[in-house]
Amino acid sequence: MMKNVKVLGPGCKRCDAAVQMVKDAASKAGVEVSVEKVTDYAEIAGYGIASTPGLVVDGKVVHAGGLPKAEDVARWITA
Amino acid sequence: MSATTIRQPSPAPWLAGTLAGLAVWAALYSQLIPFSEWAVSLLPIDPASHLGQSVTFFFYDVPKVLLLLTLVVFAMGVVRSFFSPERTRALLAGRREGVGNAMAASLGIVTPFCSCSAVPLFIGFVSAGVPLGVTFSFLIAAPMVNEVALGLLFALLGWKVALTYLVFGLGIAITAGWVIGKLKLESWLEPWVLNIHAGTLDLPDVTVTWPDRIRAGLDSVKEIVGRVWYWIIAGIAVGALIHGYAPEDLLASIMGKDAWWSVPAAVLVGVPMYSNAAGIIPVVEALLGKGAALGTVLAFMMSVIALSLPEMIILRKVLSVKLIAVFVGVVATGILAVGFLFNLLFA
Repeated sequence: MMKNVKVLGPGCKRCDAAVQMVKDAASKAGVEVSVEKVTDYAEIAGYGIASTPGLVVDGKVVHAGGLPKAEDVARWITA
Repeated sequence: MSATTIRQPSPAPWLAGTLAGLAVWAALYSQLIPFSEWAVSLLPIDPASHLGQSVTFFFYDVPKVLLLLTLVVFAMGVVRSFFSPERTRALLAGRREGVGNAMAASLGIVTPFCSCSAVPLFIGFVSAGVPLGVTFSFLIAAPMVNEVALGLLFALLGWKVALTYLVFGLGIAITAGWVIGKLKLESWLEPWVLNIHAGTLDLPDVTVTWPDRIRAGLDSVKEIVGRVWYWIIAGIAVGALIHGYAPEDLLASIMGKDAWWSVPAAVLVGVPMYSNAAGIIPVVEALLGKGAALGTVLAFMMSVIALSLPEMIILRKVLSVKLIAVFVGVVATGILAVGFLFNLLFA
């Protein structure tokens, strides 16, 4: 089943880097993902995070603030 | 928790590597003076001339400042791996003002914070029940009392000035946040901010090992020193010119402690200026050497670093113009007070 990943962030450099990390991890693991960028502040705040970029996998927040570790991203999208 | 235990790599090589790195650092640091003398001797310049003085100053200060900054930024990167804005928020939610302001300002130093995250952080704090004034204490301390400012002050002006800056920077953040809290300005937030109901956050456990923390330290060295090194070189070059060419006491009459108006003038000039600590502190050191008073120079530096136009523009998304004006006014008043106090205390 396709995973839905949202990257929460107003569009800073790290947010783009996080999008790329998710794509890389997905192609490496052979998982199909749809990556969506969320830049609206109200929507970002609705997820309850206080730092960006944040990662949401299938509706669940898994990460907030800075770049996650690559092995954690791989774990989240294959779980 | 996963059923299979992932075997963690042994931390020993990382710790050994860190120790070796520190040893190399110490060896380089002990060679600063021989290095600057050697570098100047290669150039066809009389060491006693104005140019010679400037160049010697430059070749001594650049490696010294970069070395000390690298060490401070690395240490701070490791410390920050123990904190996150989400954890800080949980500590601050529902705190009373006063204690809350002091905690927020202190946590502002050690919590990883990037100005591009200022808006999500602000909303995240306020919507989770962190009082407005306490949130401001955090937002004032986080950019003002940072590792680059402290590291550079320590490197160029000694630990006494660095410690003083730390104490008074915290003091301003605590007091200004407390005052803003007392003014009860919640209605001056942009209306949509108050309507946000943040979901509860339950992040999955991510194991953070010592190698991860050391890597976090190295990452912040790469990121921060990589971003500010040319500012530092430019700042030291300007400082070196002032050092070698400006006559002693040039600034005593306009930036000295007897010119009381120099403190407000320094703040007025500093607020619209935007630089980071890296560019401004080497210049500050040179100004001090030419008769400028410490309070005046600290006031200038704090207003350049703590109040920046780009951050206001970002915060305009959540704060009304009135609230931004109060924020700037309260912080600038605090900086003025510190400037006057210093000129009074350190004659």
